Amino acid sequence: MCPAPGPASGPAPAPPAIRAVGLRKAYRDVEVLRGLDLTVPRGAVHALLGPNGAGKTTAVRILATLTEADAGSATVAGHDVRAERSRVRRAISLTGQFAAVDEMQTGAENLRMMARLTPRAGAGTSRSARTGRAAARARAAELLDRFDLSYAADRLVRTYSGGMRRRLDLAASLVGQPEVIFLDEPTTGLDPRSRQELWTVVRDLSAQGTTVFLTTQYLEEADRLADRISVLDGGTLVAEGTADELKRRVADHRLDVVVTEAAYHRLAPQAAHRTPETRTLGFPTGGGAREVRALLDALDPDGTGIERFALHTATLDDVFLTLTRTTPAPAPAPAGQRAEEPSHV
Amino acid sequence: MSEAALSGASEALTMTGRSLRLSRRNVDALITALALPVLLLLIFVYFFGGAIDTGTGTWYVTYVVPGVLLLCAGFGAASTAQAVTEDLKGGIIDRFRSLDIGGTPILAGHVLASTARNLLATSLVFALSFAIGFRPAASPAGWLAAIGLLVAYITALSWLSAAVGLLVRSPEAAGGFTFFISFLPYPSSAFVPTDTMPPWLQGFATCQPVTQVIEAVRGLLLGQPIGATGWVALAWCAGITAVATTAAGLLFRRRVLA
Repeated sequence: MCPAPGPASGPAPAPPAIRAVGLRKAYRDVEVLRGLDLTVPRGAVHALLGPNGAGKTTAVRILATLTEADAGSATVAGHDVRAERSRVRRAISLTGQFAAVDEMQTGAENLRMMARLTPRAGAGTSRSARTGRAAARARAAELLDRFDLSYAADRLVRTYSGGMRRRLDLAASLVGQPEVIFLDEPTTGLDPRSRQELWTVVRDLSAQGTTVFLTTQYLEEADRLADRISVLDGGTLVAEGTADELKRRVADHRLDVVVTEAAYHRLAPQAAHRTPETRTLGFPTGGGAREVRALLDALDPDGTGIERFALHTATLDDVFLTLTRTTPAPAPAPAGQRAEEPSHV
Repeated sequence: MSEAALSGASEALTMTGRSLRLSRRNVDALITALALPVLLLLIFVYFFGGAIDTGTGTWYVTYVVPGVLLLCAGFGAASTAQAVTEDLKGGIIDRFRSLDIGGTPILAGHVLASTARNLLATSLVFALSFAIGFRPAASPAGWLAAIGLLVAYITALSWLSAAVGLLVRSPEAAGGFTFFISFLPYPSSAFVPTDTMPPWLQGFATCQPVTQVIEAVRGLLLGQPIGATGWVALAWCAGITAVATTAAGLLFRRRVLA
């Protein structure tokens, strides 16, 4: 007995934190995004992983309403990024690759200024309800404390270390208690300790129910932080899933072979990994003895090309390289003409 | 006032506070902005002044003070361009925009701070010129009108400068604009009467906005009748402000929505 299809009972499910359909963007004739689709549920940590120039920053800027897509549509926190720009901006924050704090103000001054410019919590969409002086002071103190910057509150940001600056930048983006946080390469250029600290902050935010959308070039970062990973290359998604799913999508071992000069040139195009200096090529494999033997035979039928071999467990980097190499290049662009993202200065 | 305008005004005030803090801490630029007017006043009065006969029968300091004021106002206002390019270089504009703050409050903050900086320099020039013998004969209304006109001039140049800051890509190029604007008072009646200039220059020098503003400010301070010059000067300032704010609005959108 089937219930008749009818109006769904109960409240309508909340829209996802981020939904993008067919986003395209070109700068002059360089296509940076070639049809990006994404869905990020509320409260998730989602990583957009890709090499330089893959279109990560452009994707974030479109979702954060700072750039308009040429085609496609997107909603963030349930609001359309084009038609309801103000509502989206009230619900999000963006921490870009360039620190968005003033070097010549102190940490406390920067945060107080941001707090003054932020709508009072619970003020709805009323525009006149910016935060008052006292409330701004309190919010700044609270954030400085939370990000371990109280001791440097009255120092000019110019004197901060890279990690402190990044923490202040993140604190500044949290002044308005956003629902969705965009982090564009948050740990690029940070030392390992500062990177760990930032990861802790992201986990805390996520634990409090905030949706985090971050871009990164580092697989390790995506693996550590994200519930799901989208791999972006040449402006399109080449894979999406959890870290484990992605690892399963490619072979879990890699066979490295050291070959002769002649064999190197013959085999290099098929290899997943290439190290010309040592004439080493890497090939994905399941790792079983039969499989490895078959692979060696296929690569080197007359037994003269391969000098040595070694078998490794696949790393996430192998996954990444395999995934980002399976797509045909957007256009066989000559060197130096890769779809560089604009630096947005 | 509408809610949006009120909110915009409060944002602009916060932005002005920011710009003032930043300019207070940019010590090199601040010293330049304050020392340059003083030096120029002394140079014109004591180095050149003895050799210049303005044909007005007054001591040169009386003639040149308005000129020095405008020269410095131009220099000071043009530094707005550098402040705007510095902002665009970093990520702070994106942060402001993601707080849903429009271009107008951001730029207005720079313009208001520039006006405040310039009024400080202006007071310094006035104080020094009194000390070395400047004796204006303006009525209180004349003083108000003269100061009002100076503020209008500074505002116009600051908005122009903000628009240039959005147009050029680097602080260095913005510096080039500062130089150009600082140069504009030379072919005007700032330092010598324009009828002493060669005929091909006289046309430009007599009609250009700097001359109009200087003649009006000078007349007002010395208590002389200025005829329509005051209104012409004000119209120039209003016109430049209108064009510059419109251009700044368009450039801001083009620059940040790319």
